Amino acid sequence: MAEATPALEIRNLHKRYGELDVLKGISLSARDGDVISILGSSGSGKSTLLRCINLLENPHQGQILVAGEELKLKATRKGELIAADNRQINRLRSEIGFVFQNFNLWPHMTVLDNITEAPRRVLGQSKAEATEVAEALLAKVGIADKRHAYPAQLSGGQQQRAAIARTLAMQPKVILFDEPTSALDPEMVQEVLSVIRGLAEEGRTMLMVTHEMNFARQVSSEVIFLHQGLIEEQGSPDQVFDDPRSARCKQFMSSNR
Amino acid sequence: MSWDFVLKWLPKLLHGATVTLELVAVAVIAGLILAIPLGIARASRNAYVRALPYAYIFFFRGTPLLVQLFLVYYGLAQFDAVTKGPLWPYLRDPFFCAALTMTLHTTAYIAEILRGAIQAVPPGEIEAARALGMSKGKALLYIILPRAARIGLPAYSNEVILMLKASALASTVTLLDITGMARTINARTYMPEQTFLIAGLIYLVMSFVLVQGFKLLERYLRVDASQGR
Repeated sequence: MAEATPALEIRNLHKRYGELDVLKGISLSARDGDVISILGSSGSGKSTLLRCINLLENPHQGQILVAGEELKLKATRKGELIAADNRQINRLRSEIGFVFQNFNLWPHMTVLDNITEAPRRVLGQSKAEATEVAEALLAKVGIADKRHAYPAQLSGGQQQRAAIARTLAMQPKVILFDEPTSALDPEMVQEVLSVIRGLAEEGRTMLMVTHEMNFARQVSSEVIFLHQGLIEEQGSPDQVFDDPRSARCKQFMSSNR
Repeated sequence: MSWDFVLKWLPKLLHGATVTLELVAVAVIAGLILAIPLGIARASRNAYVRALPYAYIFFFRGTPLLVQLFLVYYGLAQFDAVTKGPLWPYLRDPFFCAALTMTLHTTAYIAEILRGAIQAVPPGEIEAARALGMSKGKALLYIILPRAARIGLPAYSNEVILMLKASALASTVTLLDITGMARTINARTYMPEQTFLIAGLIYLVMSFVLVQGFKLLERYLRVDASQGR
């Protein structure tokens, strides 16, 4: 039987800042239900990789395919690739959820409005419809009682859960997590991780940049270790954590135990 | 101060206050509407789009309001094309000229306030909007402008107060606003200390009411709570 179309596929992605090559040819593919954790030391290009997938950063070379549909790109004079078709990128972005390290909730709106805004404006849902979905999502991430609160009135962990609910409201096919717990107090990390764990158990397709090694090991179907802009090690969690082939990955794992 | 004097002339000055109020209201509301496209263009990442409103803002911020007012009220009347043109019934009217000049003047300032406010919206919040699939236009309309409105509101209220006081210049083109009325009363009574004291108090009351109004609006829009984190 032919292999199913990957939910997300990246081919030969390159990105540089000036003279500095941040990504030097990354390829990866996520099948439906895959949870891929991307590990690596600071500056290895993890976040840049994630941000290139939905063009928050512009790569210089490479292909991005979402459920088999290739993102149309065109080069600018500076050599960066930007979206060639604005309608397509907006649609694909609505299908790729993105959870930020700093939550990036809109502080002038209530939690509920934060969640209903994009479904109403992008998907054209009615207010009642979007609110119903949002209430269910807030219950799911455990902050139903905060729906009329403003982001500044929430703890970091609650804000990140609200941000996850905002992403889920778009019913994304793939969710990208960019260090979702790095801005949180240690106490709040667990409440966010348990929400993400729940999503993994639902069979959602996710790519996650994280420093939570134990968590990555528990929930991932695949782990990627990035080093100097290249995939240095790739495999099942057990293999990458316990039996890494590359010396650099071995060193990283032993220092993070 | 004699109460007879106050009772006699206060109604006249209050009538002047309605003229002042009308002038300022027209200027700051029309100015806000005109400033929105200019401010958005000024905040553009495209240098050509940014340059477009620059000449306008450069002129109106770089010259005194009084000079602009004289140019419009006295200057335009020197051209036959204007006096014989279809707009002459408006351009011969001092109220229209003052309102027009003040609008054009304050537009330049409000546009710059808006530019600063748009640029002060944290980039992450805009990224969040784009990452959810909003187009540039939708992100601008639903996220950036409402956010920028809260950031720029305190500066806008300041501009409104400044325009209230700048409106006194309208008295130089024969308008009987508070200041114009006070000058007339002074010419009749030779009591400048009482006349201008009352005029000043009326300005003071008006700006107090405006300040309180903006305070309420800021509270309603949760300006403070949504700035820091």
